Amino acid sequence: MDLTLLTYIVVGFTFTLYIGIAFWSRAGSTGEFYIAGGGVHPIANGMATGADWMSAASFISMAGLIAFLGYGGSVYLMGWTGGYVLLAMLLAPYLRKYGKFTVPEFIGDRYYSKTARMVAVVCLIFISFTYVAGQMRGVGIVFSRFLEVDITTGLIVGMGVVFVYAVLGGMKGITYTQVAQYVVLIIAYTIPAIFISMQLTGQILPQVGLGSMLSDGSGHLLDRLNTVVTDLGFSAYTDGNKSTIDIFMITMALMIGTAGLPHVIVRFFTVPKVRDARSSAGWALVFIALLYTVAPAVGAMARYNLTTTIQHGAVGQAESNIVYEQRPEWFQRWEQTGLLKFTDKNGDGRIQYYNDANPAMAAKAAEFGWKGSELHVDRDIMVLANPEIAGLPDWVIALVAAGAIAAALSTAAGLLLVISSAISHDVFKGALTPDMSEKQELMVGRSAAAVAILIAGYLGYNPPGFVAQVVAFAFGLAAASLFPAILMGIFSKTVTREGAIVGMLTGLVFTFGYILYFKGIFITPMAKNVPENWLFGISPEGIGTVGAVLNFAVTYVVSKATAAPPKEVQDLVEHIRVPSGASRAHVH
Amino acid sequence: MKNYMESTDEAMNAESHWSASIKLILGCLFVWFIVSYGFGIILVDQLNTISIGGYQLGFWFAQQGSIYTFVVLIFFYAWRMNRIDHEHGVNEE
Repeated sequence: MDLTLLTYIVVGFTFTLYIGIAFWSRAGSTGEFYIAGGGVHPIANGMATGADWMSAASFISMAGLIAFLGYGGSVYLMGWTGGYVLLAMLLAPYLRKYGKFTVPEFIGDRYYSKTARMVAVVCLIFISFTYVAGQMRGVGIVFSRFLEVDITTGLIVGMGVVFVYAVLGGMKGITYTQVAQYVVLIIAYTIPAIFISMQLTGQILPQVGLGSMLSDGSGHLLDRLNTVVTDLGFSAYTDGNKSTIDIFMITMALMIGTAGLPHVIVRFFTVPKVRDARSSAGWALVFIALLYTVAPAVGAMARYNLTTTIQHGAVGQAESNIVYEQRPEWFQRWEQTGLLKFTDKNGDGRIQYYNDANPAMAAKAAEFGWKGSELHVDRDIMVLANPEIAGLPDWVIALVAAGAIAAALSTAAGLLLVISSAISHDVFKGALTPDMSEKQELMVGRSAAAVAILIAGYLGYNPPGFVAQVVAFAFGLAAASLFPAILMGIFSKTVTREGAIVGMLTGLVFTFGYILYFKGIFITPMAKNVPENWLFGISPEGIGTVGAVLNFAVTYVVSKATAAPPKEVQDLVEHIRVPSGASRAHVH
Repeated sequence: MKNYMESTDEAMNAESHWSASIKLILGCLFVWFIVSYGFGIILVDQLNTISIGGYQLGFWFAQQGSIYTFVVLIFFYAWRMNRIDHEHGVNEE
């Protein structure tokens, strides 16, 4: 059967499944729309959190990032998993006990202030929209590459599917669709990885394969990889080229950013009990770790395969470089997409791929008669082309397409839901029209979700130039604004309204400003984004950590100088610290 | 909401429950910090001189070991925390 047709069938089947699930579990009340009625099993919630969390970026781009960064890619692996430890111990159980619907609602109640609630809404909407734009773009790209339709058509189909299950199903629909999407994406990710690991090292588990001998007996995979890439002038795979302080700060910003992301936090509002919130965070991390421990193996193995395909012998001997006309079939296929691009700079008909930015290597290359690296490799190819590099059957390729779409759609839906909840519950019900009935609120929620999908679709269709850079933005802002405010709200009884508001704004403005200064979103950067210019050598990706520290410090100082929170707020804090006692859900 | 003035015993119990919780959390976060920031980042070069199979130990902690530890840590926390709740009689139901 034709690959495109097969892909249509597999993707079409998964779409039918998602819509079917959404119809079966559609929301009938605001409780079901916002928090799935609070009745999700902790393991199911763990799976849903996994799908919610793992985006198009995790699925498509992360292994490729690691492939090119080597040890430096560890920031994503530790940063995007370690946040769950913070979430499980510091936030999830207490917010579950609090038992209402949204993150801004908690901040509003704890800080006895509508202003604080609105500041939280602004942070939430900014964080979530930057994220969702990337997801919609991901959907469009996957459609156009695997299904051979143009990006716009792909985008519209993706929007349509999300529209049906987010607007109709609310949180309840999303939850069970995400469970299905998790299953699709994890199968799609691990099958090619297992086969590649077997081919290279004879090990079934990629996690073991990464630390094993190569089947050809030439040595351990990582040792060989170090040799292969350093021979071509790249830095050794298992060494980083970032400074220790920057690695530290980026990892920290990603961890506390993860714990402060509203669409992740709100998943823990959906389980029945406080103890379920604790174990559910553990299950979520189990399901996430299944992909995150495989990704470094995929990255290293793909890098090894790609490099040794092009340079299959000693560096410097002409016949060691692959003849362009004899390149493998998958190479030709991915050239058409522009993810691989070859320019024969020295006109010898062979491909030379090396680090021409390394002066020592460039000098050596000149002696060989090389005139610059001739291959451009897009990092996304590391996952997308994996099944073909491993020579796997077409149905696996179709499955990878379905998995990538599942990863993008599940994250998009989770984000759209927290945006619509913040609009209907925090802005309308909480401030503008407090008198509306539950039915009206549900209507507003659904309309807000619909509008949010249209905006997300537009952002995906016409992405502002910064989409690739906004990940740093979303995490940095979540780390610097929401995380400290929620944490102190639980762990301190004396933090005041004024302290929290000034703290959140300080964290937000500082982090926003620093990223703007170096990355120049909407404006030209004011300084070159190089380590010499950075504050204490901290890159914009890691600055959220400093923003969070500032937030904590400012909040503490301002709280000392202002009147203590009222008695009922202190009682609320005591109430959420113990699991027993009626949950306050639905007491409005 | 209970009236805390009525039962100072209960208030003291809540306080000891809270301090037991904090102790557990700090202990877990210490391990969390050591495996990732300690072994995976700060001490990575020293640990990389040790090899386990084909893995350099520091690299293994950064890309594998820390994640496994995180998973175990959360389940350990959940189990201990449930016991602390029971010991103080503040568990659910």
